Amino acid sequence: MRITLNGEPHELDEPLSVADLLMQLSLDPRRVAVEHNLTILKRQLFADTLVHEGDRIEIVNFVGGGSSLVMSDY
Amino acid sequence: MIDTPFVIAGRTFRSRLIVGTGKYASHAVMAQAHAASGADMVTVAVRRVNISDRSRESLLDYIDPDIFVLPNTAGCYTADEAVRTARLAQEAGLSNWVKLEVIGDERTLFPDNEALIEATRVLVREGFVVLPYTSDDPIACRKLEDAGAAAVMPLGAPIGSGLGIQNVNNLRIIREFARVPLIVDAGVGTASDAALAMELGADGVLMNTAIAGAREPVAMAEAMKHAVIAGRLAWLSGRIPRKMYATASSPIEGMVGR
Repeated sequence: MRITLNGEPHELDEPLSVADLLMQLSLDPRRVAVEHNLTILKRQLFADTLVHEGDRIEIVNFVGGGSSLVMSDY
Repeated sequence: MIDTPFVIAGRTFRSRLIVGTGKYASHAVMAQAHAASGADMVTVAVRRVNISDRSRESLLDYIDPDIFVLPNTAGCYTADEAVRTARLAQEAGLSNWVKLEVIGDERTLFPDNEALIEATRVLVREGFVVLPYTSDDPIACRKLEDAGAAAVMPLGAPIGSGLGIQNVNNLRIIREFARVPLIVDAGVGTASDAALAMELGADGVLMNTAIAGAREPVAMAEAMKHAVIAGRLAWLSGRIPRKMYATASSPIEGMVGR
């Protein structure tokens, strides 16, 4: 099944929860924020929210920056 | 001299210097610079996680747990984008503080004050503590205050320019007007710029490039720490008026040979 993850197509073997997706990506759920089809997902809902075919997922974290000059790929 | 504490939205900070986390050669150098600066608030940006390369260490591992992390909306060009980024930052960071930026122009990175005020209103309504980066315009600062901003953060000069305070008089006027903390954000190039901002009565100074871009970032961070302390003391002490001619500071009486 195919989803859009951070703007890029991403293949998943089976339907899974957002918590599982983060684990698969080796991401610490306490360090990221997740947007599921443009809705921000509360951290407590990661385990209970299922990712479906065609879903758009954004995962963000904090990177180095002061003002608008940002080191893009920290 | 005993200073009043530096308080924003009920939270007290030890240092009046706020620093960034961008453009350092490494996370380790950044951590050393943070320690040397004495800052207890640093600003970070919110970006998509790099999915293909998970090897990079997390920035947060290099920020002292005693330091307050202030997410920013750097790189946002519309109120909607900035509000969305602030909400994501809140989810990722467990704090409702945001350094709000809405950029109006790519080359100057000057703020779009109209969109900034709009985004401030929305976020304040949602319970955010909003610290907006704005132009050195007293009216814009006043409108941001009216919109519920917890501080006003006028620029000293364009972001990353290192030009120093360009409009000293506007900052004086903003100082007169402001009822919330005034933080000069952006434009500092060297220690005297930071000292000047404080001498004009700013409550704090925020900088990134001036430290991260210096040949010796850790030493520059220390210089900035001293500059902010010196400038603050000078402001509190009340400088002497400027005069056109000399005034002798040694007595004329008792001169040898007179």
